[in-house]
Order: sequence, then C-alpha cells, then structure tokens
Amino acid sequence: MLTKRIIPCLDVKGGRVVKGVKFKSHRDAGDPVELAAFYNEEGADELVFYDITASSDERPIMLEVVKRTANKVFIPLTVGGGLRTVEDMHRMLEAGADKVSINTAAVLRPELISEGAKRFGNQCIVLGMDARRVAGSDPVRWEVFTHTGADGGHSAGIDAIKWACRAVDLGAGEIVVNSIDADGTKAGYDLELLRSISESVTVPVVASGGAGKPEDLYQALVAGKADAVLAASIFHFGTYSIRETKEYLSQKGIPVRF
Amino acid sequence: MSDIAIIDYGAGNLRSVNNAIVRLGYQVEISNQAEDILQAKAVVFPGVGAAGDTMATLKNLGLVQVIHRLVTEGRPLLGICIGLQVLYSGTEEGGWYDCLDIIKGKVKKLPAGPKVPHMGWNQVKTKKAHFLFEGIPDGSNFYFVHSYYGEPEDKTLVLAETEYGITFASAVGRGNLAAVQFHPERSGDLGLQVYDNFFNFAGIKKK
Repeated sequence: MLTKRIIPCLDVKGGRVVKGVKFKSHRDAGDPVELAAFYNEEGADELVFYDITASSDERPIMLEVVKRTANKVFIPLTVGGGLRTVEDMHRMLEAGADKVSINTAAVLRPELISEGAKRFGNQCIVLGMDARRVAGSDPVRWEVFTHTGADGGHSAGIDAIKWACRAVDLGAGEIVVNSIDADGTKAGYDLELLRSISESVTVPVVASGGAGKPEDLYQALVAGKADAVLAASIFHFGTYSIRETKEYLSQKGIPVRF
Repeated sequence: MSDIAIIDYGAGNLRSVNNAIVRLGYQVEISNQAEDILQAKAVVFPGVGAAGDTMATLKNLGLVQVIHRLVTEGRPLLGICIGLQVLYSGTEEGGWYDCLDIIKGKVKKLPAGPKVPHMGWNQVKTKKAHFLFEGIPDGSNFYFVHSYYGEPEDKTLVLAETEYGITFASAVGRGNLAAVQFHPERSGDLGLQVYDNFFNFAGIKKK
C-alpha cells in the first residue's frame, strides 16, 4: 500500500539555507545541496525548496542549486517561491525539479495553474496555500492569504476550501496546506483545516505548518487525513531525526518507507 | 552515438533519467534520431504526462517505427511510466487512443476511492525472478506518480505488482523488453539499481 510521505522543506535565500541546520558533522549546514543529500540519507521521501530570495536578479542562483541537487539526489524535488509565469516553472523543471509549487501567483491569476498543468502535466503542479482561521466563524472557515513573507501577508478574501477545489479543477495535482495560525508554533498542524481540504479534493494533500514532535505528524496523517507532511524546524534543529519520526509513525500503524 | 540512448520526444523526466544514468557511470545520450537509437546497446524510453499526447509526438517525430524495430530486433529497451503505457494496445486516457500495441492489453484509469494521482512510494512485489530486480528485496518501495495503469492480456508478462485500490502490474517484461510504471530515477538507490540491472543485462560496461 502507498506509504505516507515525510518531506523536509528548506528555505533558500541567495543559494544558502536560511536558519541553517544543526548538523552533528562537518557538513556545511548552509548548503542546500549538502542538506538535500543528508536528508536523503536520513530517509526523506521527497524534498521541498522554497526560494525566499527577494530580488529577481538572484533567481539564477536557485536554478544552480536545483541543478546541483538533481545531480546528486534521486528522490522527488519540489521547488517553490516567486514562480510567477509558465516560463519560471519551465526553467525550474528543466533545471531538475520534479514539481513546482505556486502560491500567490496562482491566487492573482488562477489560469496560471491550468497553463502549467497543460504544458507540464497536473502531477508537476503543486498549489501552495496559506490559510488562516476566520476569527469567530462558526462553523469554522478559513481564508486564503497571499504575500505571506516577513510581514504576514494579507487576506485574498477567498475561502480556503473553495480555493482548493477550484485549483484542482484547474489542474493542480497536489495541494500543500499551510496553516498560518499553526506555522512556527510547534504546537501541531491545524487538523480541521487539513481534514476539510482532504475530504473536499481528490488529489493528495500535504500538511504544512506547526510540527513540533512526531505525534503532530501522526495527527496530521490520521485526524487531518493528510497524505504527506512537510516539516522544517522539527528536523532542521536536530530535535527529531527523520528515521526516529518514521519509526514512531510505523509503530503507530502508519505505513512509511524505510 | 552512445552505448545508451534515451529517446527524446520532449518528455519531462528526460533530464532526471539522464542524471541517474550518468551518476551510475554509463555513457549515455539523449536523442530523437533513428540512427542514434538504433545503434545503442540499450534504449530507455522515459515519459510523464499523457499517453495520447505522447503517441502524437512519437508519430510526428517518426519514432513509432523506430520503437517497433527495437522490439522486433530484440534490442534491450526499458520503458518508464508513460514509456510503459504506450507499449500497450491503447489507453482510455482522454477517451481512447491507439498506442504501440507491443504489449496486448489496455491502459485504464485507477479506480476512484484513493487519491488520484497515485503519488508516492509504494511496494513493488515481484512475481518471478527477473534481471530487472536482481539484488532488490521483494516488496521494496519505489516512487509512483500516475493516474492510469496498464493491464496485460498475457499475465506471464507481469514481473511485479503493486496495490493501490486494486492490484496492478507495476513492471512487465518480455525477452529484452522491460517496462515499469514507477520512476526508477526518482526512487533513490534502489531505483538506480534497476537501471544498473538493466544495463548490466544488456552487457554494457561503465565508462
């Protein structure tokens, strides 16, 4: 049966990993390619790189990072961050990415999803979505946020579930759901949000934002009905290894790859 | 000209396949030229996307006859993902498209229920001993991403099966022809092993 995927994700700026990683070895904790190789050895099922470079003249650096990673690591790589056009997507895929993740650009121009899907195939197009609970809503609703950079972003005035469904209709092959409320808290993912989206779409859903311990990942996969989980700090700071996490999940009955 | 030729018809995973083979230390080239493909000791037929589009592109590039020739001459040929699906008689993807008919059988949509596409690592259970899986533990995980699957009429061609809602043939083979639904170039070390096994079988030495 299909195993659940554990996916470390790295923020890359100017070709270097932001917030680094606590390595216990001599490896360069700031080099995304080194980190990719490390996580691959640790048992990561896929990798995600987010390019958080602000300026467009540094974009070619990211392409180099992707090329070098693709020459070294042979598991799926998704790249996101600042991709605005089909040409941007094409360059990343040509450089060696397997999937491209689009977020704000898709909200601003949803046709980007179908254009990408048509040219490269649905399986290459990942919709990244940042969602936040609407305070006081009952039943609970979430709205989509864009431009979620350093300043927290702003509401796009769209319902998250509706947006997920629309994106899939347009051709998104996978959805990464990031809870703004949970992100960085290490208190767990937003399980209701995950479950609501997972039950509404027929494509795989990836949980993002909130992992503090392996149990959070377990909840995301079970209560949240996610097909995969992204995690950053939980792995980056060496708090838990991917192997430990997978062993924990396996013991609790979750099919994982060793 | 090269020991190994990857058929170039613009498929998305060309580069990954190339990287994997280069990494293993083999001489490889990407080409859509008949003479390069026909003189290679082994040919890899990659693919992602839709089988219907693939058939149209192959026809436009004059590659249909080339692939048929490889098979009738018994040349080592490895099909991957769409490169497996188009070997069948036809596909239901997009209605119906006739394919190469090298393996009798149809390509059908994975049944609704579980998420589609089938995306991620799943176990490949070998049905019989075969060079493609030499040294690879039975039930090892490989990376899949597809919404359709092929069903061969001749079950003796099934090398391995995988479960996703249904049990489907994840690897088929006949003589020097082998084809897999999963992506060996995305399946880590075991995936590289599949390529290595294939090229070893074809008698190709590393550089």
